[in-house]
Amino acid sequence: MQLPFDPLLVAILAPLAAALALLAPLPDRAAKVVAGLGFLLPALLGLHTWWHFPADLGGADYAFRSLYDTGLRGSFGIALHLGLNGISMPMFMMAGVVGLAAGLYAIQSKAERPRLYLALLLIMQGGLMGVFASIDIFFFYFFHEFALIATFILVGVWGGRDRGYAAMKMTIYLTLGAMLSLLGLIAIYVKSGAETFDLIALREEIAVHGLSGTVQNYAFGLLMFGLGILVSLFPFHTWAPLGYHAAPSSVSMLHAGVLKKFGLYGFVQIALPLLPAGAAAWAPALAWLALGNVVIIGLVAIAQRDLKQMIGYGSVMHVGYGFLGVACVNALGAGGVVLFMVAHGLSVSLLFLLATSVHHRTGTFDMDDMGGLAQKAPVLAAFFLTAILASIGLPGPGLLNFWGELTIFMAIYAHAQWMVVPALLGVVISAIYGLRAMGKVFYGQPSAAFLKHQEKNAVADLRWSERIPALVLLVTLVGFGVWPRAITEPLNKTLAEVYPQVEAVSPTPAAPAVASLPE
Amino acid sequence: MTIEQLQAAAASNTWATIQPEISLGVLALLLLVLEIVFPKKKHALIPTIAIVGQLGLLVGLLLNFLPTYLGETTFNGLLRHSESGQYLRAFFLGSSVLVSLLGVVALARQRMPKIEFFHITMVVTAAMMLLAQANNFLLLFVALETVTVGFYILVSYTRTNPLSLEAGLKYLVSGALSSGLLLFGIVLLYGVAGNPALLGSSSNPMGYEAVRIFLAANEGNFLASVGIVLVLAGVAFKIGAVPFQIWIPDVYQGAPTPVTAFLAVASKTAGFAVLLPLVYVFSPYTTLVTTTLAIMAGATILFGNLAALTQHNVKRLLGLSGVSHAGYLLLGVIAALTVPSAVGAIWFYLFAYLLASFAVFGVMVHVAGANDADQDLDHYADFAKKRPYLAGVLAIGLGSLAGIPPLAGFMGKLLVFIAAFKAELYWLLGIAIVGVVISIYYYFGWIKAAYFAQWRPPLPSGEPEPAAPAPTRVSLPWGIALGVLAAGSVIFGLYQGPVGAWILSR
Repeated sequence: MQLPFDPLLVAILAPLAAALALLAPLPDRAAKVVAGLGFLLPALLGLHTWWHFPADLGGADYAFRSLYDTGLRGSFGIALHLGLNGISMPMFMMAGVVGLAAGLYAIQSKAERPRLYLALLLIMQGGLMGVFASIDIFFFYFFHEFALIATFILVGVWGGRDRGYAAMKMTIYLTLGAMLSLLGLIAIYVKSGAETFDLIALREEIAVHGLSGTVQNYAFGLLMFGLGILVSLFPFHTWAPLGYHAAPSSVSMLHAGVLKKFGLYGFVQIALPLLPAGAAAWAPALAWLALGNVVIIGLVAIAQRDLKQMIGYGSVMHVGYGFLGVACVNALGAGGVVLFMVAHGLSVSLLFLLATSVHHRTGTFDMDDMGGLAQKAPVLAAFFLTAILASIGLPGPGLLNFWGELTIFMAIYAHAQWMVVPALLGVVISAIYGLRAMGKVFYGQPSAAFLKHQEKNAVADLRWSERIPALVLLVTLVGFGVWPRAITEPLNKTLAEVYPQVEAVSPTPAAPAVASLPE
Repeated sequence: MTIEQLQAAAASNTWATIQPEISLGVLALLLLVLEIVFPKKKHALIPTIAIVGQLGLLVGLLLNFLPTYLGETTFNGLLRHSESGQYLRAFFLGSSVLVSLLGVVALARQRMPKIEFFHITMVVTAAMMLLAQANNFLLLFVALETVTVGFYILVSYTRTNPLSLEAGLKYLVSGALSSGLLLFGIVLLYGVAGNPALLGSSSNPMGYEAVRIFLAANEGNFLASVGIVLVLAGVAFKIGAVPFQIWIPDVYQGAPTPVTAFLAVASKTAGFAVLLPLVYVFSPYTTLVTTTLAIMAGATILFGNLAALTQHNVKRLLGLSGVSHAGYLLLGVIAALTVPSAVGAIWFYLFAYLLASFAVFGVMVHVAGANDADQDLDHYADFAKKRPYLAGVLAIGLGSLAGIPPLAGFMGKLLVFIAAFKAELYWLLGIAIVGVVISIYYYFGWIKAAYFAQWRPPLPSGEPEPAAPAPTRVSLPWGIALGVLAAGSVIFGLYQGPVGAWILSR
């Protein structure tokens, strides 16, 4: 189906236009409708691009391509070049879906000054759609930073405990990561000799002329730490649990679910294909740090009493898998990372959403002060259990997570067998903290504090206004879990085309001598 | 006199080339005359006349943007007219309009003679416009002194405020020192370049071109090297680069807010307008110039950002953060020696800086109370709830200064950084990035003060609440001006378009 407009541009501009409209003095009801449309349109367009993704598209090609000159095309090679390939299409769709859920959840929330709140969220959403729709890596970066000021204000004004500190810490970390990656991108821009930020042109230029080993090494190093900080790579992760805990739930959903995937996506789409030798050189270090995410942060997550903090640490732990997939430096690992990102984005935002719903019913995030909530809110308990199982990666609700992690594990196994052991340990760890949280919050006898809370507040089950956003996430998650080919087919094609030169250098062992154990 | 002679005289009349400066000077004088002629009741009209007049000149300049004499030198080589110069003329006129607008708001709260403020602002602007086209050390010095002397008066304008007087004195002392350094450097260059015993010497050793030819012919001349460093030092005072930044915090705090804005934007830009041609003149001594400026740039970025971290007075904060901006721009100046695109990047950076700075200063004058020097971060408590419009403009301005997409300040930084990367200034880029990250703390700290609910310690009983000055109502012209500045920051960040492309192609 041919739309009469450019779906990608509209998906970016619709939330921004809605944000602008919210500044006008509208009645509250109209404002909510406008905001809802601003969130709905990107989601629909995301699904549209997925459904109508051309099956006959060449691997290196982009669908839905369009080019807009913002004035610097001739002089600096910067232009708003939009398009989707097999790697970015699933992400774009996921961003739309998570945005819709976060938006619906925000609309029903009783935030003060709701119009400004929704406007800032819509600005975030516009940036998110732009990140994955951009072929031009300048705009890829640009859209990631797009919502930084909005996020800062959202966390600081509508956040929970420690919000001022958390907002500041988060912003400083994110800027550090962004500046390092910016230098890395500038290095690619200047040293490739292409003098353009257009990914297609860069790819062609580098395929012909190549990049010297030194340049690849430092450019990848800059990107690894820059993007790593943005994705909370161990030991630069401390901002994430703190920030996600303090942020209002919709911001946590958008940030942990989608915006944070920017870094991993940057690895898969840009850093690995353009800098294969640099990636191979840095891969061992990256693998070790990623194991730090999985094992150390996993243990930290187990130790949490605070539900939201636990989910935050859990999300930091899980991105370790993403880094492990990247550290394999091959198409299999990269494909696993994309599947994992889609699954994790959906499941972690579901968890954040439900955690806030739990908070509304118990008045606390402290799991020791809860218990027995399942008697009062069975539907919430069912949703929560599903989300937990999904984030552990159990086939069932978490089928998509399972596919992602399985692919990554296979890539790791082919790469360095021993590393599968600590990686699998991560699955056990997430089962421990997830199920333990389930037990503490929903089962058993209500704690004294929760009983006291119930005296004053009636505890109701999940309302429909909360169920709908949760269902949006869950249906998408399960749907693609059952039918992963819907996204893996274009993904395979793109990876096969983009990654052959990566394959050539990947036999470098990712880890010390143990990797070459006799089989 | 025959008609041919008259025609020849008219054709060789170069005064027309500086028509904008002359008109500005005439307009400035007219204001003083009007003050005498007009009855007291009508004096309120004079600032309006000043602003409208300057706007008219600006429009005239933009309409006649590419005059016939472009690319030529006039007045026996004193002036050289270039597109960069035209851009800077418009830039200075634009900032002068905004400073006058700020002046209207700020002076309303002071019992001070008002008309002189606009008069001096315009004279200083005219001098800056000449400065941007200087092609001769003599004219450079004269124009620069006109600017500096004008600022001596402007800085200590609120003479009832001791801080303003102190600022004026500090500016006078350090300004005199820097003028001395500059003059000494010029004299040394004049001396060696005019020495007939040396190769490439000139009979007119004040001209830029003559000095450049001389320097190219005599590499490693000691006296010339000292002269170059001294001239650079004199200019470094203008842009507030380390180690000539000492005057900045006190002067920025003491000076009336419009003057602070004038110093921060126009005076700094004037420094760069002087520095860029000079760097080209000194380009035969690349190593010396690069080393001097690189050390300055690194120290400036670090000092500016670190010193701004602890500031609570927003005027000092802006002053010190402006120091760091001078550092980033110096990066571009060094890059300009080898990468031509750096010049356009600097102009774009300054344009973004103008939009953002005036947005922030515009908010500041509306927040400031009767004591202009006392503008604290605490005065911004609950600002977003009480004044959402001003707070929005403030957030955009500060975000642009911090260099956050999608605002224009980010594009400026990015383009300067690209140029610096091409010039292989890797260490300085590393420092610059550290600086940007540090700057987040104070720029966003300000946004935090304006937006986030702050906990305030309970007061001892009986003590009155320390009242923050009540913000002035935003008049319609200022509402429009602030909206244009904020929208400009957003639009030039998203879509540079032909205007951005034009600025960048300088």
